Amino acid sequence: MTDVLRIENLHVSVADKPILRGVDLELHRGEVHALMGPNGSGKSTLGFAIMGHPGYEVTEGAIWLNDVNLLELEPHERARLGLFMAFQRPVAIPGVRMADFLRLAASNMRNPDRQEGEELIPMRQFRKELLEKMKQLRMDVEFARRYVNDGFSGGEMKRAEILQMAILKPKFAILDETDSGLDVDAVRLASQSIAEIGRKEMGLLIITHHDKLLEHNPPDRVHVMLGGRIVETGGPELAQELHQKGYDRIRAEHPEAAEAERAMRAETAQAP
Amino acid sequence: MITDTGKKKPEADIAQVEINKYDFHTEERYVYKARKGLDEEIVNQISDLKGEPDWMRQFRLQSLKIFQSKPLPRWGGNLDEIDFQDIYYYIKPADRQGRTWEEVPEEIKRTFDRLGIPEAEKKYLAGVKAQYESEVVYGSLREELAKQGVIFLDTDTALKEHPDLFREYFGTIVPPSDNKFAALNSAVWSGGSFIYVPPGVKVEYPLQAYFRINAENMGQFERTLIIVDEGAYVHYVEGCTAPMYSSESLHSAVVEIIVKRGARCRYTTIQNWANNIYNLVTKRAVAYQDATMEWIDGNLGSRLTMKYPAVYMLEPGARGEILSIAFASRGQHQDAGAKVVHCAPHTSSRIVSKSISKNGGRSSYRGLVRVQRGAHHAKSNVVCDALILDPHSRSDTYPYIEIEEDDVLIGHEASVSRIGEEQLFYLMSRGLSEAEASAMIVNGFIEPLVRELPMEYAVEMNRLIQLQMEGSVG
Repeated sequence: MTDVLRIENLHVSVADKPILRGVDLELHRGEVHALMGPNGSGKSTLGFAIMGHPGYEVTEGAIWLNDVNLLELEPHERARLGLFMAFQRPVAIPGVRMADFLRLAASNMRNPDRQEGEELIPMRQFRKELLEKMKQLRMDVEFARRYVNDGFSGGEMKRAEILQMAILKPKFAILDETDSGLDVDAVRLASQSIAEIGRKEMGLLIITHHDKLLEHNPPDRVHVMLGGRIVETGGPELAQELHQKGYDRIRAEHPEAAEAERAMRAETAQAP
Repeated sequence: MITDTGKKKPEADIAQVEINKYDFHTEERYVYKARKGLDEEIVNQISDLKGEPDWMRQFRLQSLKIFQSKPLPRWGGNLDEIDFQDIYYYIKPADRQGRTWEEVPEEIKRTFDRLGIPEAEKKYLAGVKAQYESEVVYGSLREELAKQGVIFLDTDTALKEHPDLFREYFGTIVPPSDNKFAALNSAVWSGGSFIYVPPGVKVEYPLQAYFRINAENMGQFERTLIIVDEGAYVHYVEGCTAPMYSSESLHSAVVEIIVKRGARCRYTTIQNWANNIYNLVTKRAVAYQDATMEWIDGNLGSRLTMKYPAVYMLEPGARGEILSIAFASRGQHQDAGAKVVHCAPHTSSRIVSKSISKNGGRSSYRGLVRVQRGAHHAKSNVVCDALILDPHSRSDTYPYIEIEEDDVLIGHEASVSRIGEEQLFYLMSRGLSEAEASAMIVNGFIEPLVRELPMEYAVEMNRLIQLQMEGSVG
């Protein structure tokens, strides 16, 4: 039986404001799902909730990885079970070299029971692996010595996220707008890279605005989120339609969700 | 015998976790232990026991008067709880100093074994002094350095063997009247290092001194004097530890350094005293033409540290650098900083201070940049960054700038940051535990300074930070 990530009737609030209002989704390892939707519909919130960000409060519903209840686990425990998120806005950690950070992360992922202070993957072995992966992703070796996301350009940050995914080899990965801020060539490279690092070994949830990232990773399913709910699910042709024609049809056919979207926007506009 | 005191305590307090490795005490078996308290009799006793020349006895007695006449400083940290009459001012642990570790009394040797000193000595040190309570119990110096004229002695022996050189410099950089604790040290000083590096001699590997307080209510007052002659170089490293007792001990050192024309001196401290030690230290260097003085100061332990390493740049081209890291946890106050005084034109200085406060700890940066009249084209740059790990902790900055010359270049930057939830979450989403993530952020924060340390000390510093962070969150 393949691994499965199952989201059931998920409700999530941020600072007491409901953002997700009952999301259901089932992702099997080896599948690619695209999650599309207008800005502010709750796509990133779903990603953060799955990873366990403390600012995202699950008020109802469940998230399962096989038979493990993820809501009972800390973010690092979820990561060690094989969950990964490529951040839309990766966070800078000044003074910490990419290589040192990744070595510790990889040591934890490959030995999930590892305790603090226990041995890391041998330096030489890890270095070799890191350099190979960087070569594969056409990254400058200098990258390994730079501080994590510190002073990175938008494109460099996204490639660093893909590099991390390649090293950590998760079972499930959420890619949160890994294409945003990249030019067309960079998106193509990113798309290709994701395919190359063994998409087939992973379950991918790709959050995206346009279909370029899906070029090399054709989705098995495309979900459309609106007003904190998944309102429609279809095949690759749905992604194409949304990319070309926008969300007017979706809003028209789902007036209740469209109303929720308007309410959420109004509230956001009023916030200080 | 060596007793572990660390394991029996209820271990809720992280402030104690990091010193576990150092938190053991050795049964007291001393050659001589003066009674508690401070007066002329005690000072005379110390001088008698050491068989000192009369000028030193008079110097001590004079200093005692200055100490008694000066009020406690009302700035910095709270010193009111120090009971100067409840302290042992002199404890002699052994009959004589060992030249090999075999000559050191077994129990004391085991202490230093446990601290890894003999091993470090074999691997990467040019010479070692180990001070236990009031006296240096072990000393070594590589033969080739001795042949080149390098002197590395405990300060008491230097007074006997090099009386002229000693008297020329002793007390000239930090006079007893400088401050109350300099006066106290001058009255009861014992041990410490004396280093002389002849012109042009570059000491490739560090010389290290290790200071250990073992007894309860102990006062340790080592006195260090370093003279780096023209064009010479030396890197001196000191480490300090003590076991945790229920009552306070006092460490009050004076360090004087003379860096002559074109010479360079680097002085590295990794202070990891137990959290019941008052650490009140005066460190000052003078740098002559084109000379460079560098202080690298790591303060992790102690209950209260007040320490502001200083560089006086006396001639053109002199340079002073002070890099410091302070880590304050529960019950700790690190009042650390730096002082640079530009007395001549074309002198330059740099101060980089990084402080970390957590679990209610308090760290302060207190610094002075002074440019005297005539010191035109002086350049100074100050960067102080504070990282606060939780809402109970505190950080303060007290920068003083006194400029009496127009044509100067002075920069000052200060920042205060908190470990962000977003940084923690990002690292945890990659499988790092919260403690690992915090430690990584803290290590990154001090990386610009740790990078300046020789490999072995950088590793030790990172390890100590790791220990400080473990189990500290959650």
